[in-house]
Amino acid sequence: MGKPLLDIRDLKTYFYTEDGVVRAVDGVTFSIEPERTLGVVGESGCGKSVTARAIMGLVKSPPGRIESGEILFRRDGNIIDLAKLNPKGKEMRSIRGNEIAMIFQEPMTSLNPVYTIGNQIMEAIILHQRLSKKEAKKKAVDVLASVGIPSPEQRVDEYPHQLSGGMRQRAMIAMALSCRPSLLIADEPTTALDVTIQAQVLDLMNDLRTEFKTAIMFITHDLGVIAHMADHVIIMYLGRIVESAPVGEIFDNPKHPYTRGLLNSIPSFSVSRKKRLVPIEGIVPDPVGPPGGCGFEPRCPQAKELCKSQIPELKPIAPGHLAACWLLSDKE
Amino acid sequence: MLPHNVLLEVRNLKKYFPVRKGVLKRTVGHVKAVDDVDMHIKTGETLGLVGESGCGKTTTGWTILRMFKPTAGEVIFRSKNMAHPSEDFKEVNVATASRRMMQFLRREMQIIFQDPYSSLNPRMTVDKIVGEPLLVHGVAHGAELEDRTRKLLLAVGLKSDHMKRYPHEFSGGQRQRIMVARALSLDPQLIIADEPISALDVSIQAQVINLLIDLQKEFGLTYLFIAHDLSVVRHISSRVAVMYLGKIVELAETDELFLNPKHPYTEALMSAVPVPNPHYKGSRIRLHGDVPTPLNPPSGCYFHPRCRYAREACKNETPAYRDMGKEHFVTCHFADSLSLQPVWTG
Repeated sequence: MGKPLLDIRDLKTYFYTEDGVVRAVDGVTFSIEPERTLGVVGESGCGKSVTARAIMGLVKSPPGRIESGEILFRRDGNIIDLAKLNPKGKEMRSIRGNEIAMIFQEPMTSLNPVYTIGNQIMEAIILHQRLSKKEAKKKAVDVLASVGIPSPEQRVDEYPHQLSGGMRQRAMIAMALSCRPSLLIADEPTTALDVTIQAQVLDLMNDLRTEFKTAIMFITHDLGVIAHMADHVIIMYLGRIVESAPVGEIFDNPKHPYTRGLLNSIPSFSVSRKKRLVPIEGIVPDPVGPPGGCGFEPRCPQAKELCKSQIPELKPIAPGHLAACWLLSDKE
Repeated sequence: MLPHNVLLEVRNLKKYFPVRKGVLKRTVGHVKAVDDVDMHIKTGETLGLVGESGCGKTTTGWTILRMFKPTAGEVIFRSKNMAHPSEDFKEVNVATASRRMMQFLRREMQIIFQDPYSSLNPRMTVDKIVGEPLLVHGVAHGAELEDRTRKLLLAVGLKSDHMKRYPHEFSGGQRQRIMVARALSLDPQLIIADEPISALDVSIQAQVINLLIDLQKEFGLTYLFIAHDLSVVRHISSRVAVMYLGKIVELAETDELFLNPKHPYTEALMSAVPVPNPHYKGSRIRLHGDVPTPLNPPSGCYFHPRCRYAREACKNETPAYRDMGKEHFVTCHFADSLSLQPVWTG
């Protein structure tokens, strides 16, 4: 293993709401290698998006706060702890959009409707690279061409509403890649798109990763997309990582009951139609006042007494494969 | 006359929406959301209707229920409620039925919507929501109403102490169960499920799919299952129809469609679905461009600008919707000669 580009250690991000404290991210540790894709899987409320926002310094405060932990980011050989930076400070602003870029689920709400696509891409280029307006525009056209937008010279002067959903997401990717970031965070980037358009965007992201040598943190709930995109996968549940493994291991040899449950509950073309789906029973617990022990215990078919009272730690169970489950540890 | 095993038959159904522009709001064109659709649904089966956003699958469902008035065409339904006491059923054209007739027909045709968050009234308790159709149609009241409501909630996996709660107290999956209970309340024959699981979390989707399958067996329901997720549609449907720009491009028995597709769009759509298996290295068909606007569809075959097999004839001549044998319907000039890639089954 090489030196990680991003190394997150025991990150905790809490939200102080009227109903109580929501431990959205509750002690998360993982790293991302340069030029690799890390898949982050989980259902709504598992903390995957909050983790991404914490890295970007975009956790809304108040009510949110990075409680503790480190977000170590490697930049030109130096290591910076993003968790310690002022989110509005100069240093964070020189990283955000420049070294680490992000694309969101819904391109229509992430693009500003009153500026042209070109203007919005140029803003980042001018801010981070100190180019003239003319040079920046030329660069914007180039980057639009590189994401496969036809007639980019024309499109650069168009407004977001003039583009289709797939084109908008391409424009978002173009904007994110315009400063050649070393890390791209993609938060459900294809969830709002149709499958044929999703296939185009996923292929594009894979091509660009090779071309721009960008690492990708790919957040999604779709296991099919994960199988196609990720090198390594982390599975999150209720603010914690329950399993972490290379993509092949996750699918061939899942260890955590939640991971297994997820894989069993999705219909697949390779499974007989006659076979009944095995759902995960119950619902995701309320994040205010979660279960005392393992977060998955109330829904786990194999839960033991110990699971109710103590939170299992994420431990290695095979080379490169970690899981947080009492059923997998020897001690009773 | 409908064949004896058919519950509903749609003939040349069209739904056009006028596009108005300018101060005088003159009609400048039409969006052909449903453009000459023919299909039938057999009693007790699940017909899946798939396609990308804007292909007209939801409009088709809504037009069948007369939530939109059809521009043209017939929707023939085998009604029990309209039948004379001496008959078992009566064939009714829903497209032209009177208001009075629709009141009877609505009991037999129900719908489940996609978003359980916005389709339940936040100010009504669950027993009011589920019992409302019974009350409106004068089927039950008082103690009987309460009893039937409780039974419905139990049938969809909720508890009787949920009756006095409000929708916001439930999770997405539970809300969808409430929607299902409401749809079942009038003992319908046909349920149109419009993307019933796409707003739900992955681990909850399987619960609702299993529930729908169980209820179908228990109550002898017939489903029109509208969705964009092909793996879900394959799992639940007995037959599947694929729509593109307001037209059905292919319709066949489920395994036949997935293993022996005859329309290039079906082939591309199936190959675009990401396979949840990291060892899958099969070739993917990249479909270029976007779905054209239904306001100004391409000439000839609507799919020809994106089709990798398109020839000269496809640009000029509109292909017919025809039966290739074994009730495998295709709208493609070259369906006989193309050999298309089936779905990857591992």
